[in-house]
Amino acid sequence: MSAFLFYLFATLTLGSALLVVLNRNAVSSAMSLFLAFIGMAGLFVLLEAYFLALQVMVYAGAVVVIFVFIVMLLDVDKLPRQRIDKLSKGAATIAFALMVTGVLWLFHKDQFTGPALPAEATGAVLKTYGRQLFTTYLLPMQVTGFLLLIAMIGVIVISKRTPAATAASGK
Amino acid sequence: MTIPLNAYLIVAGLLFAIGFYGVLLRRNTLVIYMCLELMLNATTLALVAFSRFNGTADGNTFVFFIITVAAAEVAVGLAIIVQLFRQRQTVQVENLNALKN
Repeated sequence: MSAFLFYLFATLTLGSALLVVLNRNAVSSAMSLFLAFIGMAGLFVLLEAYFLALQVMVYAGAVVVIFVFIVMLLDVDKLPRQRIDKLSKGAATIAFALMVTGVLWLFHKDQFTGPALPAEATGAVLKTYGRQLFTTYLLPMQVTGFLLLIAMIGVIVISKRTPAATAASGK
Repeated sequence: MTIPLNAYLIVAGLLFAIGFYGVLLRRNTLVIYMCLELMLNATTLALVAFSRFNGTADGNTFVFFIITVAAAEVAVGLAIIVQLFRQRQTVQVENLNALKN
């Protein structure tokens, strides 16, 4: 059963990720990104990291909404589309093929087996997160909170309409 | 039946490769950004898998931080893209060549 679920979610994740890359429409790409995140959340559940699965789904919703909003705001699909030249397309495909070969070659033997799978997953218990975040990782936790504040202020400052931008856009 | 660690690592590696392919192939800044998100998520999957098979929760806590930072990064990056569009009227990377020559 778990093997079936693993294949289902892995196929969903990888297939949707390919669709993100290959879709011509930016909105379809964003929707495929959402599906890929759902697949990731499923894989997290199989790894018994339930809290992280939930967090990934919240993150997916937020990120995809922002992406779709920006696509709407910029009206990207109305812009003239340029052809990608053959050379860069071929180079990208070759790089992709090399990377896939490398990944498959690296993991085709079971060299990362290590000890047997621990019976209980430490990530499954919410209490573990609370204890770790407020003891071992207290400083990173504070720094992350501060980072969010800085990001918020930064976004407000960046997206303020400056006189130069208004002159450039001709409005 | 348990799924071996290698299976998760293959999925993570392939996901990273697909994101990498998108960054190289696509010319739309927004789609490149989505592919960057894919690459970031591939690393979190590898971290969670290692954490589960290692029997420690540190990897999971690390992923918690990564997702938070990634959310902040998306917000800032998209604000920069919007501002870029206001200045240049384009989001295609070919047209953003102010530093060329």
